[in-house]
Amino acid sequence: MHEKTLAELAAGLRVGEYSSVELTRHYLDRIAQYDARLNSFITVTAEQALADAAAADERLAQGETGLLTGIPIAYKDIFCTEGVKTSCGSYMLDNFIAPYDATVVSNLRDAGVVMLGKTNMDEFAMGSTNESSHYGPVLNPWDTDCVPGGSSGGSATAVAARLSAAAIGTDTGGSVRQPAALTGLTGLKPTYGRCSRWGMVAYASSLDQAGPLAQTAEDIAIVLGGMAGFDAKDSTSVDHPVDDYMSGLEADLKGLKIGLPKEYFGDGLDAEVAEAVLQSVRVYESMGAEIVDVSLRYNQPAVSAYYVVALAEASSNLSRYDGVRFGHRCENPQDLADLYKRSRSEGFGAEVKRRIMLGCYTLSAGYYDAYYLKAQKIRRLIADDFRRVLQEVDLIVGPVTPYSRLPIGQMMDNPIRMYLGDIYTVTANLSGLPAISYPVGWSQAGMPIGAQMIGDYWREGQLLSVAHQYQQQTHWRQMPTMFAA
Amino acid sequence: MPQWETVIGLEIHTQLATESKIFSASSTQFGAEPNTQASLVDLGMPGVLPVLNKRAVEMAVRFARAIDAELAPYSVFARKNYFYPDLPKGYQISQYELPIVGQGEVEVVLDDGAIKKIGVTRAHLEEDAGKSLHEDTQLGGGMSGIDLNRAGTPLLEIVSEPDMRSAKEAVTYARKIHQIVTYIGICDGNMQEGSFRCDANVSVRPLGQKKLGTRAELKNINSFRFLEKAINYEIERQIDLIEDGGAVVQETRLYDADKDETRSMRSKEEANDYRYFPDPDLLPVELSDVWVDDIIASMPELPDARRSRFQTQYGLSAYDADILTASRIQADYFEMVADQCGDAKLAANWVMGELAAALNKASLEIKDAPVDAQALARLLSRIKDNTISGKLAKQVFEAMWAGEGGADEVIESKGLKQVTDAGALEGWVNEVMVANPEQVENYRQAEPEKRAKMIGFFVGQVMKRSKGKANPQQVNALFRSRLEEAS
Repeated sequence: MHEKTLAELAAGLRVGEYSSVELTRHYLDRIAQYDARLNSFITVTAEQALADAAAADERLAQGETGLLTGIPIAYKDIFCTEGVKTSCGSYMLDNFIAPYDATVVSNLRDAGVVMLGKTNMDEFAMGSTNESSHYGPVLNPWDTDCVPGGSSGGSATAVAARLSAAAIGTDTGGSVRQPAALTGLTGLKPTYGRCSRWGMVAYASSLDQAGPLAQTAEDIAIVLGGMAGFDAKDSTSVDHPVDDYMSGLEADLKGLKIGLPKEYFGDGLDAEVAEAVLQSVRVYESMGAEIVDVSLRYNQPAVSAYYVVALAEASSNLSRYDGVRFGHRCENPQDLADLYKRSRSEGFGAEVKRRIMLGCYTLSAGYYDAYYLKAQKIRRLIADDFRRVLQEVDLIVGPVTPYSRLPIGQMMDNPIRMYLGDIYTVTANLSGLPAISYPVGWSQAGMPIGAQMIGDYWREGQLLSVAHQYQQQTHWRQMPTMFAA
Repeated sequence: MPQWETVIGLEIHTQLATESKIFSASSTQFGAEPNTQASLVDLGMPGVLPVLNKRAVEMAVRFARAIDAELAPYSVFARKNYFYPDLPKGYQISQYELPIVGQGEVEVVLDDGAIKKIGVTRAHLEEDAGKSLHEDTQLGGGMSGIDLNRAGTPLLEIVSEPDMRSAKEAVTYARKIHQIVTYIGICDGNMQEGSFRCDANVSVRPLGQKKLGTRAELKNINSFRFLEKAINYEIERQIDLIEDGGAVVQETRLYDADKDETRSMRSKEEANDYRYFPDPDLLPVELSDVWVDDIIASMPELPDARRSRFQTQYGLSAYDADILTASRIQADYFEMVADQCGDAKLAANWVMGELAAALNKASLEIKDAPVDAQALARLLSRIKDNTISGKLAKQVFEAMWAGEGGADEVIESKGLKQVTDAGALEGWVNEVMVANPEQVENYRQAEPEKRAKMIGFFVGQVMKRSKGKANPQQVNALFRSRLEEAS
């Protein structure tokens, strides 16, 4: 069953080829078989999953037609799930049982999905390698000497190794798209405001968006339809109608204008990655799309601006972990200052501490204008730049990551290098635009290579349709042989 | 020694009278069991988000209108970052660079009758913190408790210009703001419960010097009386310090009402760097003209306007109008009594006389008066229509106050109805004349201009015999004609 896409599984469930309980048990068995090695789950909610699956089977028997009914999926451990540990990959929240469900979780539950468990991630979503997790690194099923990227690395590995039909991640600067690219999956960061952030533990509030990882664009279309929508509990969610992503998948590509920014193909980009991305563009051309050279003038300072904004917000968002009401508290605090200092020193890992300190620095008296304010100005310029280009073209295509292989430990003592790897993904977060990552080839070393498409606000449907039709023409999607059985 | 000039600016935190908190749906009711009014949002749980309570914004708009201040068409919530156990998120959501209410001013009447304008620099919306309970908890063992019921209660912080020159002026200004916020219904004004809190920035400088002296910020002041005492103590402390060759340091000082002194809480060096930045969880507040117009249209009459209307419409003196408009509830009370009994002067005398005395004696607020405005109006109507005399009305009022019923009920049950029947009155007049032949004779001998005074004796005798029920005007007229007729 696990070789099937989510869409195929949904079809199987509806014709009774197998039940949701059978499907769920199958995935739980695979998790038991492989995940001790891959480390993609922090918590597996087997009992609840089987109960949910039984309930889904009843809904299916009553003729319910929702494509998500009975589909087992996994959530990044950043989403609050009532009664289930929600650790955010941190020792700080190792003892935290969420008292409520995130809106994305309750939306998908209403749509009938079955939760298999909570996936591993970089601590508080801070990292691009999944190595900052308190629960240890996740391995990449394509090469277990490598990591799957981050911060939604557990979600990526779980889907890539077919331990789950799909998984939900979050993307603050590329945390869905980059691991999708490194594991041969399709991953989407929706328009900022498309999915509710209620119940999603905040890293950088103005950049965070939930997004699905799955095997195909079609699968993403199904999952996004179940999780998106306005939520009055999130002031930044937008009351914009949710498209029927499935019905638009076959829209004609003739006359589609695809922009190719020259800045995306300069120094630092792996030649194999560049070649695969350019090759994919030729496929679009053959399908009737027009390729246009464009320029994104403010790409160069994007990473710096991104890290200033993200870490400033993070430094404040993480203040609530103080050992007072929930989460880790140090033993025998001597006084208030001791309680704060030791609880936070013990609870947070090195990368989180680094980012809190950087964030505090950029907001502190005398530095605010030079860092935070300037970064916000750059952010505005980047958004304007995209708006200008998206008046000329429908979509922008480029790489997702400068590299296609991330050996374990390679980035750990070089955070700057890790940060610079986000060069192609952070602009979609800074501008709020939707962006999709999908496989376009293989490296010599046998690692998947991804490409990224950035579209106009609220045009997730178009991104999914173009990626879907590309996937009909090409066959990059594979199952890692080590975990195929 | 130079002459010293005091410079005072106030920061007033008014708790807005919304039903629910500024960023969550929890109740703002005072006095509930600890932490029973604290939701996931108030607790700062991972993943929760604030949603702005529109009512709080509406109240800020009303205040802007009341002090004729600029209203920002675009204002921004910012995070003020600091750690404290009663601050669940580790930051307070406030407004910093772009507050909702800009420059405005209020007029206050000083003791000498002069009118002074005090500038309001700005007013901004923010959330209150919770409370740390160091005493009176059942925790024991040196433990502190945290009550987050108050966390997230909406506040409007009103910042004045350093325009005040004495503690008295500061109190007058604070009272004025108190009057305004209670009038426009945005704050209950209860200082004991902390709904209206004043922080005072106090400095001194040699008279004539332009540059401001170093200021101290006084906190923990929960009454107007303490505001005055705290400022006066601080002025003296600063002058003594400078005159002894010392220097004032910029610091926050706590007022201790028991010892009547201020003491240092934290110096500028220990002050936090709050790392303010716009809260990314909240959108900027953009006010639509239509909405603002609706709010302004629903504004009650402001105290200054009401005071002058009372003078013109009801013919009250400036002094009476001032007292009667001191609070909106008092003004409403008066106005209902005046309109219903049809005699504003009578209403004013009763509200400021009998009612005020009874309230004072019972230590009650006017809103808790056992005799409401309609009941008092009915009583005054009975004076107007001669059912009872003004003197007996006081007796009726006391009975009404004691809960013995409405005016008519009391008049009936106590048999206080005024006697206007000519036959009965003539009977009493006859009795009095028969019983006091000497006084009758004296009257008749007296110069006509002295008689007016002397007649009081006879009327008094009838009032005594009738137990106050005889109509004094009628009795007076009867005596006049009877005493005159045979002279």
